Amino acid sequence: MMEMLLKADNVSLGYDGKTVAEKINFEVFAGDYLCVVGENGSGKSTLIKALTGINPPLSGSIEKSHKLKSGGIGYLPQQTDLQQDFPASVREVVLSGCLNAGKFKPFYTKKDRKTANENMERMGILSLENLCFRELSGGQKQRVLLARALCAGRELLILDEPVSGLDASAEKEMYSVIEELNNDGIAVIMITHDIEAAVKYADKFLVIGKEIFYGTKEEFVKKQTERGSI
Amino acid sequence: MNSIILNLQFYFRYPFVRYAMIVGVLIALCSSLLGVILVLKRFSFIGDGLSHVAFGGIAIASVLGVSNNMFVVLPITVISAVLLLRTGKNTKIKGDAAIAMISVGSLAIGYLLMNIFSSSSNLSGDVCSTLFGSTSILTLSKFEVFLCIALSAAVVALFVIFYNRIFAVTFDEDFAQASGIRAEAYNLLIAVVTAVIIVLAMNLVGSLLISALVIFPAISAMRIFKSFLPVVWFSAAISVFCAALGIIIAVLAGTPVGSTIVAADLAAFFVCCIIGRLKH
Repeated sequence: MMEMLLKADNVSLGYDGKTVAEKINFEVFAGDYLCVVGENGSGKSTLIKALTGINPPLSGSIEKSHKLKSGGIGYLPQQTDLQQDFPASVREVVLSGCLNAGKFKPFYTKKDRKTANENMERMGILSLENLCFRELSGGQKQRVLLARALCAGRELLILDEPVSGLDASAEKEMYSVIEELNNDGIAVIMITHDIEAAVKYADKFLVIGKEIFYGTKEEFVKKQTERGSI
Repeated sequence: MNSIILNLQFYFRYPFVRYAMIVGVLIALCSSLLGVILVLKRFSFIGDGLSHVAFGGIAIASVLGVSNNMFVVLPITVISAVLLLRTGKNTKIKGDAAIAMISVGSLAIGYLLMNIFSSSSNLSGDVCSTLFGSTSILTLSKFEVFLCIALSAAVVALFVIFYNRIFAVTFDEDFAQASGIRAEAYNLLIAVVTAVIIVLAMNLVGSLLISALVIFPAISAMRIFKSFLPVVWFSAAISVFCAALGIIIAVLAGTPVGSTIVAADLAAFFVCCIIGRLKH
């Protein structure tokens, strides 16, 4: 039996007092690759906020394994406008992933710097470490943010539309980077619009919106074929 | 040249000139540190808005006849800062409109109160010196100087201790929150510190010119440097340099202190623009 990392039990999501999705149940085990799909406004971002602990769900519970609680989640948010003219070096951005809720330390430790170096190397961006983040290409930026996410957690990656805004080749590269990380045993939850890629890479699916679906890739494909929408 | 140095030596024999120098440099240092964060968070105008709130606060204090107006001005400004920075996301009136509204609103009410209740014979002089700082920097008491040293030390210490977290929260609030950093708490801290610095800085440059102290050093540094730490260092250095230079020129040439400092900051900004162009 694989180790369970995260379990969502009868979760309802919403914002501004409005419920957008109800009765969401799913589980994530070590090494899983779960894709979350749904229309715009169906609650995908709200789900991410609930999983990362930014905003709790309206009701229901999200249980996390002990490992996850103590800094196991790496989060790759969507890039913000603000970052487009933010003066920050690659190293500064990656290191900021080493901060966590644990014991308060004002400065980065040797271990933090080592972790940052390892993850920059893993993402192939060590040679860019002194460059300015905003001047990198879209694909390079995502690698930097992935390295930061890996500093924050090495059990589960939560990726919010990781290929949005990337050109075709950078997109392909990004998917293969994620696949590699998944093959190394890191569980992945990916929010995406790109069903084609999702079917290619993921092994589990969660569809949210008015209708909730959770199952394996085979079940998802079967359901989609029945509805004739793939 | 020699006569300038002699002249300076002559002036610096007076404690009020030394006080002005100490306070000016400290305020410039604090506002530049904060400025980097505020500019990056797109809150450049909060300095302007809050300083007008502080102006309103001064008017209320003088109407109430409070001897040390700090005790009225500081709480009012801190509360407004917290409200303004909190409105960021989920309010009906969006950030810039809220700042503009509070800013002009308190300016109007402040002037109105001063006009109706003022016992002073030189009302426009009072208003002018509150808006432009004018001479109040040269009439600081020993207590005010010590207060300023203590508050500046606190601001710098907070900035150093929380530097990494402030960077994380400013660069990516969502990510920081997901890693368990309480972004709300840091935003609150930034709001309170902003208010304190604005109130301190009103003595120096007056409420109309405070934004310059907050914005110019940060954007000057961003012309030249592309990573966070060098931007912070350079911003602090150039702000201190311009404040010291401005005060010296003001003392020697008899110009208003506040606007001379701001003119120095403006000149430094153009120099940095040119250096930035040449560098890239």
